[in-house]
Amino acid sequence: MGLLSKKDAKLITDPLADNNPITIQVLGICSALAITAELKASLVMGIAVLFVLGIGNVVISLMRNIIPSKIRIIVQLIVVASLVIIVDQVLKAFAYELSKTLSVFVGLIITNCIIMGRFEAFALGNGPWKAFLDGIGNALGYAVILLAVGFFRELLGSGTLFGIPVLGDPIEKTGLYSTGYENNGFMLMPPMALIIVGLIIWVQRSRNTTLIED
Amino acid sequence: MIEHIELFFKSIFIDNMVFAVFLGMCSYLAVSKKVATAVGLGAAVIFVLAITVPLNWLLDQYLLQPGALVWLGPEFAEYDLSFLSFIMFIATIATMVQLVEIVVEKFSPSLYNSLGIFLPLIAVNCAILGGSLFMQSREIETLGLAVNYGISSGIGWFFSDFSYCSHS
Repeated sequence: MGLLSKKDAKLITDPLADNNPITIQVLGICSALAITAELKASLVMGIAVLFVLGIGNVVISLMRNIIPSKIRIIVQLIVVASLVIIVDQVLKAFAYELSKTLSVFVGLIITNCIIMGRFEAFALGNGPWKAFLDGIGNALGYAVILLAVGFFRELLGSGTLFGIPVLGDPIEKTGLYSTGYENNGFMLMPPMALIIVGLIIWVQRSRNTTLIED
Repeated sequence: MIEHIELFFKSIFIDNMVFAVFLGMCSYLAVSKKVATAVGLGAAVIFVLAITVPLNWLLDQYLLQPGALVWLGPEFAEYDLSFLSFIMFIATIATMVQLVEIVVEKFSPSLYNSLGIFLPLIAVNCAILGGSLFMQSREIETLGLAVNYGISSGIGWFFSDFSYCSHS
């Protein structure tokens, strides 16, 4: 990587696996459960958080020396709320159906613990370029988990990926369905998302036992 | 009257904040170890929801909805400020939580100390903002129903919190 120094590159790659916001830091669970029934919604949510966290981290980092400590939560909330309003309006303008599926969860990005968590843990103490990389890295880590959960839930729950049927037609009984396979309706319910995240956490900590805290 | 009772029981048992829409889980997972802290946090959540949902309903009704500004004058009828909802809702929530924090510190310093960081974190609890956003998206019609919804979703959150902690 010629563009980024080794330490900077680590800011992006760490949250993808070793310091993943959902599986290691255990933040941002609410939206991971509720909207991952469709892969398209997971992708759009990941992009939205990428935008909000990337730009938000930079803005907070630029202001870090002039925010009085007593009102810093309010300042952070205002920055995030403004960015989320932009995301919401763009979604309503260009992808209205999807914004109806995501409904209140776009607004709930404001209270997403990952965003406030990274502001407090990183942006308030580091410069804008590093804060930008950290924001991008954590948002990508979040998006990776969301896509993984969405992949399994949509594939096993409706037999489609991004809305395109891949296992055959369940009504005509072609493809995989001709062997008697049925869609697992339980996958479309939020508790399965929590179970899938739990399985991912289990696999990750078995492969890398240093991550187990006691 | 019937719709009040219906909304009350629906928000506690059917549209439960934690079990049906999975909001407000971070603090729920963190304070459910001791019954006393869980009860204290649950009471604070009910109080904040009971005040912020009706306040945000008033904001939505008279300021934010399309055509809401008509009370200023008939030329304001086409104004649609609903895009400002997020920032106005979160501002009222942050202010109310600050108020609750001051009141709790004054009247019950032991509860204030045991709740620690989680009292100011109620401001970013998804359940609180979720309550206001659901109030807006489901178009709750009257102020009385808004108060009802605030209290009953708070009670629903409290029940799930309490039922989890009394096991451990």
